[in-house]
Amino acid sequence: MSSRVDSIRRTLGAVALLVLLTLSASAAGLKKGDAAPDLATFGLEGHVPAVKGKVVWLDFWASWCGPCAASFPAMDRIYKKYKDRGLVVVGVSVDETTAAMNKFLAKHPVSFPIVRDASQKLVALANIETMPSSVLIDASGRIVALHSGFKGAETEEAVEKEIAALLGGKKP
Amino acid sequence: MKRCLGLVLLALGGLLSTGCASVAPWERGSLADYTMRADRDPLDDTFREHIFFTREAASGGRGVGGGGCGCN
Repeated sequence: MSSRVDSIRRTLGAVALLVLLTLSASAAGLKKGDAAPDLATFGLEGHVPAVKGKVVWLDFWASWCGPCAASFPAMDRIYKKYKDRGLVVVGVSVDETTAAMNKFLAKHPVSFPIVRDASQKLVALANIETMPSSVLIDASGRIVALHSGFKGAETEEAVEKEIAALLGGKKP
Repeated sequence: MKRCLGLVLLALGGLLSTGCASVAPWERGSLADYTMRADRDPLDDTFREHIFFTREAASGGRGVGGGGCGCN
């Protein structure tokens, strides 16, 4: 009887371990301190700007995302303010179609480069928790900050402060 | 017997996990469509609540979760 109970316990333990391993594997994503992914290796549609040696603000957005629409003017303002000091902003659309992306861009034009992650490999690697999400990368190619969501002026000020610090050679 | 039990538990775990479809935040394009919002027509919802309550004494149970952008 006890050997049967032990056997059941071992089996349940194995199943629980399997579930935990699966969950932990799916939780991987980009973290602060990680090396930024090489954008050229993800088959992004559109012109991927040169980012080596620059401070990069990588933003994941989609045409169906309301807060993304709210974030675009803020991002454009910051880009125009700091681009001559070495800031590169890359808007990565995760839209399933180019038509949806272009329709959004017609309503919310911006001056920073936009690319589309057609295969959604880059966004899956980033494993973002919500839309929109952005990753701030320093000039040495290290991730220094991650922002989930866009909460208006609060997010804009926080990111601008970090960008200004990075461009000034300081850690945010 | 033990092997059989193990296989049954593993199969059960597999079956249960297929019922839990998780949608990544960047895959919510279809769910974010206006027609997928549970709150898209408050007036219609009020009418329906009234009808169901007066006819069947039923209330609530509306608005299936999962729709919407899931943003922020």
